[in-house]
Amino acid sequence: MPNLQLSSVDKFYGDVHAVKGVSLEVPEGEFIVLVGPSGCGKSTLLRSIAGLEEISGGDISLGGRSIVGLAPRDRNIAMVFQSYALYPYLSVYENIAFGLRARKFSESEIERQVGWASELLAIGDFLQRFPRELSGGQRQRVAIGRAIVREADLFLLDEPLSNLDAKLRDGMREEIKRLHRQLGKTFIYVTHDQIEAMTLAERIVLLRDGVVEQEGAPLELFERPRNRFVAGFLGSPSMNFIEVEQDGDGPGIRLPDGQIIDKFEFAPEFPDGGKLVWGVRPEHFSVASGSSADMEALIEVVQPTGSRTFGSFTLSGTHVVAELDARAQIAADQKASLSIDVERTTFFSAETGEAC
Amino acid sequence: MTRGAKGWRLAARLACALAVATLFLFPIYWLAAISIKTPEEIFAYPPVWIPSGFRLDGYVTLFRDGDAWAVWNSLVTAGISTVLAMVIGFIAAYSIVRYRTGGDHLAIWIISQRMIPPICVAFPIFLLFVSLRIVDTYTGLVMLYTAFNLPYVIWMMRGFIQEIPLELEQSALVDGLSRWAVLWKVVLPMSRAGFFATAVFTFIFAWNDFLFALILTRSDVITYPVQVTGYFGSQSTFWSKIGAMSMLGVLPMIFVVGTMQRFIVRGFSMGAVKG
Ligand SMILES: Nc1ncnc2c1ncn2[C@@H]1O[C@H](COP(=O)(O)OP(=O)(O)O)[C@@H](O)[C@H]1O
Ligand SMILES: [Mg+2]
Repeated sequence: MPNLQLSSVDKFYGDVHAVKGVSLEVPEGEFIVLVGPSGCGKSTLLRSIAGLEEISGGDISLGGRSIVGLAPRDRNIAMVFQSYALYPYLSVYENIAFGLRARKFSESEIERQVGWASELLAIGDFLQRFPRELSGGQRQRVAIGRAIVREADLFLLDEPLSNLDAKLRDGMREEIKRLHRQLGKTFIYVTHDQIEAMTLAERIVLLRDGVVEQEGAPLELFERPRNRFVAGFLGSPSMNFIEVEQDGDGPGIRLPDGQIIDKFEFAPEFPDGGKLVWGVRPEHFSVASGSSADMEALIEVVQPTGSRTFGSFTLSGTHVVAELDARAQIAADQKASLSIDVERTTFFSAETGEAC
Repeated sequence: MTRGAKGWRLAARLACALAVATLFLFPIYWLAAISIKTPEEIFAYPPVWIPSGFRLDGYVTLFRDGDAWAVWNSLVTAGISTVLAMVIGFIAAYSIVRYRTGGDHLAIWIISQRMIPPICVAFPIFLLFVSLRIVDTYTGLVMLYTAFNLPYVIWMMRGFIQEIPLELEQSALVDGLSRWAVLWKVVLPMSRAGFFATAVFTFIFAWNDFLFALILTRSDVITYPVQVTGYFGSQSTFWSKIGAMSMLGVLPMIFVVGTMQRFIVRGFSMGAVKG
């Protein structure tokens, strides 16, 4: 079973410690997304798996066999690059056939495989064209086609959608997910885009500065972030972070502007006389009906998107965004009564940022 | 702008182009004319602009006396040294670009070799060749031209290879090629225009060399530029032979540049964009 295992992988570029002891296990057939801000070492990790970078420490094994030191071509891995990396001097057909020719497939096998891939990706109509004659989306498909014909054990995709415009990206996202289901192969997908990570992944590995911050199912990371960084990275608009104090000895908390919220079943444990950071996602707010209001807010900006409406306000200097029903009766410079789904919110330590 | 003004500009441009072309082509025409003129026509004053007949005596003499071998010698030495310099230089340039062989300075050092005036090294090389017993041999000239052209080839190919996106090569490596196969199947096709343009110039350098050929050849592998100068005698100058021999020397160049023209233009406009 060709599952991939990374054990404390380190990578230095001179003095730059790009990947810091990353361990990871990817079972066969899983769709895993490496996500994190730009420069966090995602590509480096992916390229180390492909054998395009030599790792400085640790081990990478595929199907129980260490592949460190193997040339890229001996790892039976397929990779889709951000720039597509199509050969401009070869036709689409030859681009897709490239890896098959390199591996000495017979002409009839090549024809069958290219035919299969081009049908799957709907690129059969321009097999004889050259890459420069294709649109960005079509090139993207060809690049994916070139990867899937090879029947590799492992597919690596490095920000494959980042050069496409937003509309095309949404469509391709769905197609990549469908492709994964059809092929049943292991996909490792790198992106800096949290939406792509959330929508595509069976498991997300969130990286920062070469370290895994948290890994798990998308909703697990989204709902139970281990720390402020994870909480803030996933979700758009981002989670609101509000500094709160304990309300006397009671179970309530005091917002920066003095409002008190006290409907917690389990009061958070405050450090002695200290503060906590309260993480509230925009969608945890809703417009209060009747007497269920938890707080009042003076709405400053209203941004309707059609399906939802964003209202932003300030609590003594802390900027907060609430995602509300599109038909909510709110307006700029008017007070709104909001209720908060407190069970879904998270508290973080003000010092360490760890969830508590 | 009115149509009339546009027309005038076009006409002026064409006239300029025609004038420049005439300026450059006339000497070649004159050479061709001399090679088929009668002796009287060659020395006539005022000059005879158009030869009366088509006399091939000059050419016949060259082939009969065996002088035409000089063109063959030039073809062999320039041809083989170009192939060698291109192959070695291409691989060396790849190594410098992708493996950073020699760090930042090797490439500069290599091109600086090209800046040595050949005359400075001509006599040391002559002595070296004498002791190696390769004076007046193909081996000697080919080695020399290869060595002299290598810095140029490495420098040019380095620029062209730097332009190739790294991901193209990496994609090929993942797809199953070895480094050598990548060189052949990706790097070469990607730098094809520059490669051929460089090859043409390399060939021309070797083809035009006079200094080394004069010093390092005697009779066996004498090249055509040296052969031509032999016809300028102290008593008499064999104009018809000079014309014919020069034409034999010019024709291969016209052929080479003609067939490679589109690579030369593309190769060097690529270089120009890069600066
Ligand atoms: N070839 C390289 N040489 C030196 N530093 C590099 C090289 N490639 C990447 N880095 C550094 O390693 C870190 C991680 O880079 P990368 O893996 O490309 O990040 P990501 O793909 O997450 O944006 C960055 O700080 C980057 O500057
Ligand atoms: Mg990257």
